[in-house]
Amino acid sequence: MNILSPGPLSTVQDMGRTGHAAQGYPECGACDKYALALGNLLCGNPPTAAAIEMTLTGATVQFEQSTVVALTGAACVPTLDGQRISLNAPVRIAAGATLEIGMFTAGLRAYLCVQGGVDVPPVLGSRSTDLKCRIGGVEGRALHKGDHLPVGKPAPGYSLDRAARASRLLAGKPWLLQPRTAHAYLGEQVIPLLRAVPGPQDDAFTSGGLRAFFSGLYAVTPDSNRMGVKLSGPAAAAKNGSDILSDGIVEGSVQISANGQPILMLADHQTTGGYAKIATVIAPDLSAAAQLRPGELAAFRPITAQQAVRLCRDTAQQLRTIKELIDHG
Amino acid sequence: MDIDIRPVGACGALVVLGSQISEATGARVAALEQAVRRAHIAGITESVPAFASLLVRYDPLRTDYDSVCAALRFLSGDISSEGAQAGRTVDVPVCYGGAYGEDLPAVARHAGLSEEEVIRLHSGRTYRIYMLGFLPGFPYLGGLDERLFTPRLPTPRTRIPAGSVGIGGQQTGIYPMESPGGWQLIGRTPLCLFAPGRKLPYAAGDSIRFVPIDAREFEQLAVREREGRA
Repeated sequence: MNILSPGPLSTVQDMGRTGHAAQGYPECGACDKYALALGNLLCGNPPTAAAIEMTLTGATVQFEQSTVVALTGAACVPTLDGQRISLNAPVRIAAGATLEIGMFTAGLRAYLCVQGGVDVPPVLGSRSTDLKCRIGGVEGRALHKGDHLPVGKPAPGYSLDRAARASRLLAGKPWLLQPRTAHAYLGEQVIPLLRAVPGPQDDAFTSGGLRAFFSGLYAVTPDSNRMGVKLSGPAAAAKNGSDILSDGIVEGSVQISANGQPILMLADHQTTGGYAKIATVIAPDLSAAAQLRPGELAAFRPITAQQAVRLCRDTAQQLRTIKELIDHG
Repeated sequence: MDIDIRPVGACGALVVLGSQISEATGARVAALEQAVRRAHIAGITESVPAFASLLVRYDPLRTDYDSVCAALRFLSGDISSEGAQAGRTVDVPVCYGGAYGEDLPAVARHAGLSEEEVIRLHSGRTYRIYMLGFLPGFPYLGGLDERLFTPRLPTPRTRIPAGSVGIGGQQTGIYPMESPGGWQLIGRTPLCLFAPGRKLPYAAGDSIRFVPIDAREFEQLAVREREGRA
């Protein structure tokens, strides 16, 4: 694959560099992991294969060899040699063809998955780009114009016809295209209600602060990035300041900074931090959070750890259903 | 014993073992980390030690929060600060001052000591590694001599060379890779601490001893490190 134009921030990402947090390595990986898994399944890859994550505007890519790709995540109007192609569907690519993804019409992050996966060398078990440590992906950096990306060998037994049929079935079941998150509506706006398990430091906040957090509306601020979604809304008041002895952070941790405003940690989060964490958003709802643009709104809803585990399993079951459709029609 | 375990979403449990930074608490964190690692509990994927807590991560498709809590309660019944396998003491060679540590004069001035005295105090004790974080391999160390406490720089530097040894407030540490940062730089180690795929010379629970070296030794060791990495 040749990158003719990368868009503002395109990086190679897989499911992340897990297992090295005790040494201080950030996880990285796709911010919308459901979209990555869906795209990979549609082109016959394991859900964990590496793809290109694009932000706000897509890449223009030329393919040297014939292959199959799938575009998932943010909504866009992609063309293949000038012809419109579908999202959330396998697309046959002829050798020499050019795919132009263009500006996204809704959502923040889209994934270009290719049959065989993006085959850059893994670092510590992952192909994900770590922009801070400058490892993984292509030289640990965002894609440039002129980059050439190697593509892996396709897995055997894939049928494009079957995958295409599966994607048509999926188009009639749009609720399968993302984890089943809850939403509220404010006029034209669709507001994701991010389900979060209170803690581990919910006891650092006043009861009023907790109530404000779980009932308020928060707007995404422009300084959000792959490390975290910075939010602005009702302050979550802490009892004695929000500093704690630094401890471990996960993707989905919601830190409350000194001014009472939440930061929702995304894939590139630091492994440890010293602000109290009021709650942890569950993995399935991070897909919705990762698609929020600056200015868009979100709210938090409390659930228990037991409910959270069940919801993760439901989402995994949803992906298994899709895989079953693609593998066996 | 009743221990304090808190949920971290659908994939983690935070075991809180204290509220202060202390050798005893650090040793209990290390002991629990070792116990979790040795127990090979199905579904537990990794754990992250910190000053006074251990974050235990699990795969919600393979286990659940209540099972993980039960396992952690069982394991923590056995741990004590003496139960931990003693960490190793790792020597970190440091060339102090000059171009290697340009804030050494400022740190000495702030402490009202000579530069030699600062070096003697800084290299004269071992420092427990409570946790790694901020950057891969960045050790959070305890035990800096109070006389060396120095405020951070008013304006952080945009680029600090890899291996820089600094003091920030009441802490001392090493920048394993080039990075921005606001600590006062007093020296630099030639050890190559950021090399993905190569094992770090230390982990949380170990201790570090800074060993003063001169510029010639620094350059010799730096060459050897580069060859070791290649």
